Amino acid sequence: MSALPGTTPGPTGPGRRATPAGDKRRRRIRQAGIVVLMVIVLVIMLFPFYWMILTSFRNQVANTSPVPVWFFKPTLENYANVIGQNNFLAYTLHSFIIATLATGVGLLLGLPAAYSIARYKQNGLAFAILLARLTPYITYLVPWYLAFRALHLIDTYVALTATHLIVGMPLIIWIMISFFEEVPRDLEEAAYVDGASRFATFVRIVLPLSAPGIVAASILSFIFSWNQFLFSLVLSGPNTKPVPVAVFNFISYGEINFGGLGAAAVLITLPVVLLTLAIQRYIVSGLTMGAVKG
Amino acid sequence: MAERAARFFDRNAQWLFPLPAVVAIVILILGPVLANVYISLHDWFIGGTPKFIGLGNFGRALSDLRFWNGLKNTFYFTGIAVPAEMVLGLGVAVLFNRDFRGKALVRTVSLLPMVATPVAIALIWALMFNPSLGVLNYFLEALGLHRSLWVANSQLAIPALTIVDIWEWTPMVALILLAALQGVPSEHYEAALIDGAGPWQAFRFITLPSIRSAAVVALILRAIDALKTFDIIYVITQGGPGTASETLNVFAFKTGFEFFRAGYAASLLIFLLVAVLGVSILLNSLRRSPA
Repeated sequence: MSALPGTTPGPTGPGRRATPAGDKRRRRIRQAGIVVLMVIVLVIMLFPFYWMILTSFRNQVANTSPVPVWFFKPTLENYANVIGQNNFLAYTLHSFIIATLATGVGLLLGLPAAYSIARYKQNGLAFAILLARLTPYITYLVPWYLAFRALHLIDTYVALTATHLIVGMPLIIWIMISFFEEVPRDLEEAAYVDGASRFATFVRIVLPLSAPGIVAASILSFIFSWNQFLFSLVLSGPNTKPVPVAVFNFISYGEINFGGLGAAAVLITLPVVLLTLAIQRYIVSGLTMGAVKG
Repeated sequence: MAERAARFFDRNAQWLFPLPAVVAIVILILGPVLANVYISLHDWFIGGTPKFIGLGNFGRALSDLRFWNGLKNTFYFTGIAVPAEMVLGLGVAVLFNRDFRGKALVRTVSLLPMVATPVAIALIWALMFNPSLGVLNYFLEALGLHRSLWVANSQLAIPALTIVDIWEWTPMVALILLAALQGVPSEHYEAALIDGAGPWQAFRFITLPSIRSAAVVALILRAIDALKTFDIIYVITQGGPGTASETLNVFAFKTGFEFFRAGYAASLLIFLLVAVLGVSILLNSLRRSPA
């Protein structure tokens, strides 16, 4: 459809010998085609979200109608049910605690490491972290499950924070390496010459200068921990069950309550979407472990 | 005393800074990978006493039809999803590589599928796939096509699941390629046009080579993650109907945490890890070989 892939439409098409009027018309048709394609792509991308929101505001009768009900009087009853009947607030709190702990510990361990990789070019360490990205998460889970079981740590924040750290810490390190590389070395050297120790320089000079990066890395780590399903599925229990596992359990037992599932899906996704808006520049570089600068 | 500690730290900053993370990586990541190898050499029922059986679990896998089914499904899923994501991602990148109003908004919107909680995404797709009440069958009928069982049909389960993966990850491929496209200097195109190159030739000889390394990175990342896909498969079908959509990852999960055979699960995961490593090394060689 788009005739000139990879190029912006220029005023003169190559190899065309048409009358100016014909040229103009062809350009119009092309432009219209491009717009139509763009709209189709956007609709496909957004439709599942649209459907999720629609489902969450429809009652069960409308949701189970054989012909989709597009217009209806919105109801909050699904949200009331999910929040009221299912301990949803407790699960949200669990998710929040786990993601905060994993991000906090991830920052404590990851920031100095990222700084060190950026300053001393410790590529071996960087490579080890990249290897972690290759390994299927269940590989970690089998030994960890046995260990936590022996230590009676299943269904504790210790087990969930430790495993969520596997997801968050490499992410924090990768994002922060490029931020630390941008801190001018002169500033550090000046502080060092003035008698500040390396550690004090790191805490008082380097970290404040990298604050935007730290915010982005923290949010990304939080999102990934919030979204984590596999570790939580095996290691959580009534005391620590986070939202994704709770919602998964909704579908495993009992009849399908479309509206309830829609409302639950909206409630899990909403915080992630809001956080994403705050750090959208860094999402792609985070997902690609710094391979691509968003 | 504090002075001496500070000086000791300064002299050894190079390894003291990364030390906490290195310890964490050894405990959290390297340790478990090695422990997994150890476990795989045992008949290890969770809650029972482990018994050393050498490579017994690996031999058992090779004669287990369910292992081969899982391996086949893993590559079937990846083989559909990843090429589709690359081709569609390139198409979308090219389509949006122009100036228009709302470009920033489109960028933001395209982040949503990849950051939204996978369990929520899987749930919504499960509702849309529902054979009797799902909206996808409504669309099929509206287009004059037959209704489908989607993931409830064992022939269609994997292809249907790849639709979810393609929806979720094509935007990421597109964003990676779009960043690369925007780095191609426009003089290159102007020079090609002066030399009389057509649009296809410009695409083939200028655009594609310029975005090649970004494309390989996207390909490797997607292949690694597609081979390891767990959330959407487990939430939507749990490997079913029967074992029709059971990938190696899902089979290993069930072996370990539903049948409690930790030793056998560990050996399955080593097969999967070898597959992931092999594929990423193979794809990485694309980076160097000439176009």
